Amino acid sequence: MGRGVGSRSGGGAAQPPWHSLPDEVWEHAFSFLPAAADRGAAAGACRGWLRAERRSRRRLAVANCYATSPRDAVERFPSVRAAEVKGKPHFADFGLVPPAWGAEAAPWVAAAADGWPLLEELSFKRMVVTDECLEMIAASFRNFQVLRLVSCEGFSTAGLAAITEGCRNLRELDLQENYIEDCSSHWLSSFPESFTSLETLNFSCLDGEVNFAVLERLVTRCHNLKTLKLNNAIPLDKVASLLRKAPHIVELGTGKFSADYHPDLFAKLEAAFAGCKSLRRLSGAWDAVPDYLSAFYGVCEGLTSLNLSYATVRGPELIKFISRCKNLQQLWVMDLIEDHGLAVVASTCSKLQELRVFPSDPFGAGQVLLTERGLVDVSASCPMLESVLYFCRRMTNEALITIAKNRPNFTCFRLCILEPRTPDYITQQSLDAGFSAIVESCKGLRRLSVSGLLTDLVFKSIGEHADRLEMLSIAFAGNSDLGLHYILSGCKSLKKLEIRDCPFGNKPLLANAAKLETMRSLWMSSCSLTLGACRQLAQKMPRLTVEIMNDPGRACPLDALPDESPVEKLYVYRTIAGPRSDTPDYVQIV
Amino acid sequence: MSANSGDSPAVSGLDYDDTALDLTLALPGSDHASRVAAATTERALAVGWPPVRAYRRNALRDGDAGGASCRLVKVAADGAPYLRKVDLAAHGGYAALLRALHAMFAICGADGQEDAGSGIGSGRLVDAATGAEYVPTYEDRDGDWMLVGDVPWRMFVESCKRIRLMKSSEADNLAPRPSSQ
Repeated sequence: MGRGVGSRSGGGAAQPPWHSLPDEVWEHAFSFLPAAADRGAAAGACRGWLRAERRSRRRLAVANCYATSPRDAVERFPSVRAAEVKGKPHFADFGLVPPAWGAEAAPWVAAAADGWPLLEELSFKRMVVTDECLEMIAASFRNFQVLRLVSCEGFSTAGLAAITEGCRNLRELDLQENYIEDCSSHWLSSFPESFTSLETLNFSCLDGEVNFAVLERLVTRCHNLKTLKLNNAIPLDKVASLLRKAPHIVELGTGKFSADYHPDLFAKLEAAFAGCKSLRRLSGAWDAVPDYLSAFYGVCEGLTSLNLSYATVRGPELIKFISRCKNLQQLWVMDLIEDHGLAVVASTCSKLQELRVFPSDPFGAGQVLLTERGLVDVSASCPMLESVLYFCRRMTNEALITIAKNRPNFTCFRLCILEPRTPDYITQQSLDAGFSAIVESCKGLRRLSVSGLLTDLVFKSIGEHADRLEMLSIAFAGNSDLGLHYILSGCKSLKKLEIRDCPFGNKPLLANAAKLETMRSLWMSSCSLTLGACRQLAQKMPRLTVEIMNDPGRACPLDALPDESPVEKLYVYRTIAGPRSDTPDYVQIV
Repeated sequence: MSANSGDSPAVSGLDYDDTALDLTLALPGSDHASRVAAATTERALAVGWPPVRAYRRNALRDGDAGGASCRLVKVAADGAPYLRKVDLAAHGGYAALLRALHAMFAICGADGQEDAGSGIGSGRLVDAATGAEYVPTYEDRDGDWMLVGDVPWRMFVESCKRIRLMKSSEADNLAPRPSSQ
């Protein structure tokens, strides 16, 4: 309908023929570009493409809810059908962000209700979602299909009831690790008897009991149900009953899966699992149930994903189970698996792509026999391994160098040595050499978390070599400002940087202020920053929001404080929306 | 980080020979060895370290990982000669707890089925031998006697100090529960 603007390269030159193509043609062409980055690049080519691209954008991912105002986002992309919005900084997961910080979903839901009536999918991560939000979602989008809430809080089962009652075309209700208040509201019963479209139901994070009879009827009539993740309140025999009603299930979360051994129950479970020929993904908070594990040996060979990160199963039974899972691509376990368990994984799971090993006793002294050996074995034998999260108590440079040599294809490497500043336990040296080997070898590395004893030198390597690195997490590391300077002056692709308890000060921050605008966000806590530098940064870079967090309960106005005042927590992010207006007392925008 | 006993301020009543002034972040009165242990582990003092999600940390605490946590509380049944103990952390919910209490006191449930939907509103326990009805109650952190089943399970596990199976005739003093549908 519109003509594109003429090419800038020549005032009198004839326009290329495609400039006269109507926008609809471009919109159709752009629909074949799924990746947001590609669409963004296309939109930057000329005004015509900008117009066509924004009108045809169907999926929108807002990685920082404060980077833009909801109204602007909705106005700019009027045809969005699926939106994902993320809120609080990542370190909020570990309790570093006090409550009531912000990241309310309400303004987004309100803007969407006005501007995206055809919205089908909504996903919120680390945001505050209220029951009113859920009620508004249920009331505003007649074709609403997918609701995904990850690490959110602020809502109750009453809000869920509004969704289940009001969203007639709901396909997915996916609740991951949220804090949900249990109002004993019968959200499950609020699905109408005529409702059959459910494909995904995940209520594993819900604490309360659910009406099993209602659940069973729901599962029975939803023939397309592919993903079912139960909570811990569902007893084992009921799990068996549900599986008989939904044998086409692809992903199952079993809940607690705990009961005293009984041969009848065993037989029931074995039969139920034998019928699940499509089961590929399995998870559950298995509570030391060795007696029942063999009941589902039958599904092991088909499994591509196994999440036992909340399971306290250990020892030979766990290993026997895993040794049958030859096709695993994704494995999440606790360190109860120990080195010899990982050795079995290494020799069994040749298709493994992602491994996460969580600590079973993060605050204790630790008797578990998981060391660097386990990771070395898996890296040596699993050629497709590209993503690792590994919590352990000791590490050596030699192990890291070996790992780097064996697996140059890592895209995500997160190592957490539990005790801060732990050196190479054999040489007592820093782990600079080990992590340097990782970044030098793994040219495609996009995410890195470092730990152990580290000097500024490791950051020199990271700055120089980690060209594709997008997210870097640093804690208890470095000696001086140089460390931070190496990172900010290097790391070409850096988007998110989060730092805690490092001796990094004002100078590198100010010297690299421009870098911050090329990044999504920077978090620094318990470092050596002062208020004066933050003021300078804010003044220099008007398109950044510079947030400072004081102790809640000590809401001292910033203007009264001198430049030398230490800054405990700093959160800086780029934004086109200007400073936000919903800050609590303890957050000050400089 | 212990101060030399010679430098201690002149506070009367303290025996400086025995108690070194340890400037660690531990409660007064805890023994010296544990204070030293606490001070040397930076991990124990750093907020949010190790980087384990709060959700996962809570789940580990409740889930009896490696046998580290358990919530044993005393259970008294009116008329029984001695008390029992039950581990709240070992059960997934009210239904499981009631089953355990049945087994302990050889009392049958009011109805044989497990109807999770109605919570334990109908969860009066009946002694098969005498026909006497019992109502499960518990003492919470504030010292109040509450009816078992009103609050979410996890909240109950946190706040329950002990359980009493009260004879139903006595339990009539407690406020009537709204009927659950």
